[in-house]
Amino acid sequence: MSTIARQGRGYRASYAVLYLAFLYVPVLFLPLFSFNQSIYIAFPIEGWTFKWYGTLLENERLHEALGNSLEIAITSSVLATTLAIFAAKAYTRYRYRGQRLSLGVVMLPMVLPEIIVGVSLLILLNQIGLGLGTHSVIIGHTLICLPFAIAVLMSRMEGFDRNLEEASLDLGEGPVTTFFRVTLPLILPGVVASLLLTFTISFDEFIIAFFLSATDTTLPVFIWSQLRFPQRLPTVLALGACILVFSAILVVFSEWIRRRGHVKAGPGVWN
Amino acid sequence: MSTQATGMPSGAAAATDPSRFIDIQQVTKRFGASVVAVDAVSLQIARGEFFSLLGASGCGKTTLLRMLAGFEAPSEGEILIDGQPMAAVAAHRRPTNMVFQSYAIFPHLNVGQNIAYGLRKEKLSKADLRRRVDEALEMIKLSGYASRGADQLSGGQRQRVALARALVRRPKVLLLDEPLGALDKKLREEMQIELRQLQEQLGITFVFVTHDQEEALTMSDRIAVMSAGHVLQVDDPHTLYERPTCAEVAAFIGSMNFLKGRVRGRENGQAVVEAEGLGTITAEAVAGDLAEGAAVLLAIRPEKMAIADTAERAPAGAVEGRIAAANYLGDRSHYYVNLPGVEKPVAVAAQNVDRETEGWLQSGAPVWLSWQAKGPILLPAE
Ligand SMILES: Nc1ncnc2c1ncn2[C@@H]1O[C@H](COP(=O)(O)OP(=O)(O)O)[C@@H](O)[C@H]1O
Ligand SMILES: [Mg+2]
Repeated sequence: MSTIARQGRGYRASYAVLYLAFLYVPVLFLPLFSFNQSIYIAFPIEGWTFKWYGTLLENERLHEALGNSLEIAITSSVLATTLAIFAAKAYTRYRYRGQRLSLGVVMLPMVLPEIIVGVSLLILLNQIGLGLGTHSVIIGHTLICLPFAIAVLMSRMEGFDRNLEEASLDLGEGPVTTFFRVTLPLILPGVVASLLLTFTISFDEFIIAFFLSATDTTLPVFIWSQLRFPQRLPTVLALGACILVFSAILVVFSEWIRRRGHVKAGPGVWN
Repeated sequence: MSTQATGMPSGAAAATDPSRFIDIQQVTKRFGASVVAVDAVSLQIARGEFFSLLGASGCGKTTLLRMLAGFEAPSEGEILIDGQPMAAVAAHRRPTNMVFQSYAIFPHLNVGQNIAYGLRKEKLSKADLRRRVDEALEMIKLSGYASRGADQLSGGQRQRVALARALVRRPKVLLLDEPLGALDKKLREEMQIELRQLQEQLGITFVFVTHDQEEALTMSDRIAVMSAGHVLQVDDPHTLYERPTCAEVAAFIGSMNFLKGRVRGRENGQAVVEAEGLGTITAEAVAGDLAEGAAVLLAIRPEKMAIADTAERAPAGAVEGRIAAANYLGDRSHYYVNLPGVEKPVAVAAQNVDRETEGWLQSGAPVWLSWQAKGPILLPAE
């Protein structure tokens, strides 16, 4: 029996290593070659350098794209999370006719192909004369982020006693102050997690941004446009490595916030 | 929804009747098409009264309390508090405060902040606020706990904080939904006494929900016994126990023997009844019009009966039976006695005053049962 167990352990270990390799080797190529002196992606690595990271600081079109991406990601994550708070409250706190159907409809964009959303918005926004640019990407990203934000916030709202909100009403606070004094502090970890998640979704999104950004290029669209020029590839690799680290930090932070449970409310007399 | 066709009742005039401080008029609450949680309930609760809603789980106690608090709107009927109709008054504007069954202590606030939560609108200075909270903490014997986190409290302490948080607002009415249900027996009995003392001291009207009949009997001025959304009887504990008006109340409060019978006539305001097992006896009719020949239930409590081991020791008129089971409980014994012609054994509780009764009446022994003249009461048969 012990032999079988030992053999099993060997297989399990190699399976796990393969599994992890499959997940991370492609991703790790990016930072690895971003330190390569040669502009060609090939082994052996010719020598180590930080110069590609230096080029990041000089490329103005990159800075512009980064600015656009940040603007779009921040705006659409705030919009999606705000809208999601209302929706999640409606879905978890009230019972009404057509509730399940409406939840299904609202969650649908989660599985809707982005190319469909992109093309539809392209046609629609042009038709109604809104035109293309940062604002149209914000609309598209808010739309695809919304179901994720609702899912995160609904699980948070379902996780606490309804009586807490009723107790607040009972103690003389109206619905609005109850929201700010009880509901919001209790769902705050969910709100932060939702902001970080939707920020990441928007920041990484390519297809909708490609269709709708026009001249307001976002970072992923900028990266795609650079791939045509082999000599610029190392810069893209360095940029990719930066985004990778940044995204990883965001995800870890969001998970940490979510797990920390409730966040202490603001200062009061007894702090 | 108002049953009043036109015009508001004069608040001042209605408020002068202290026996109708809370006036629940024909209130019905439906959930969806099929669930009737509260069914045409009318209750008048007096100012300063300790009033209990007693009934088995699911009988509509919480729903009635939530309608008083304003969390649910009645489907029909009207609720007035201190003469004011409550239909248009939102929960956060009502003169009531609630102690929730789950206590609902705000987990993101400490004890002091929880208690101060409902005082924000009073715009007190920091010093006054602190004083009010300290007073409240003293009242619940948790002085010095202000900066404790909500998660650092025991069940009993949470219950006290919930109580202080509600009382610090000096409500006209305090609503309590099974507040002692989650506590262990000893703590529960302590809190029963403390709550009652607190209520007498503050003079606030308490509406107290419980499914524990003993708790209701020890604490309340009056009790409404509820079943399936209806109120069966409203009375003080003594009347409720001694003169239940229906078999359901009689069975729910304490233990009770029921014997089938038939009215044979009347004598000095009492009914003469032919009862199974006991023969022809006289009994007080508590409820209903008991015409001659009517089928009735004769109800008699175990402690209103006496048991003797020989005919000589029993008073005249005792009936003979046989012991089916005997439980020795130290201070008293419970006997279950088979009487001829009676299906279920009759329960008898006897105080063990005499030390020599040890090992006295065993199963199968013949015994003679007698009862106090005022023991049996008559109830309409279902
Ligand atoms: N929000 C609700 N929706 C549907 N049914 C409910 C709701 N609240 C209570 N009920 C039903 O109403 C009845 C009375 O409930 P409740 O007032 O909680 O009883 P109690 O407090 O006496 O145990 C129960 O049958 C319960 O299932
Ligand atoms: Mg209940």
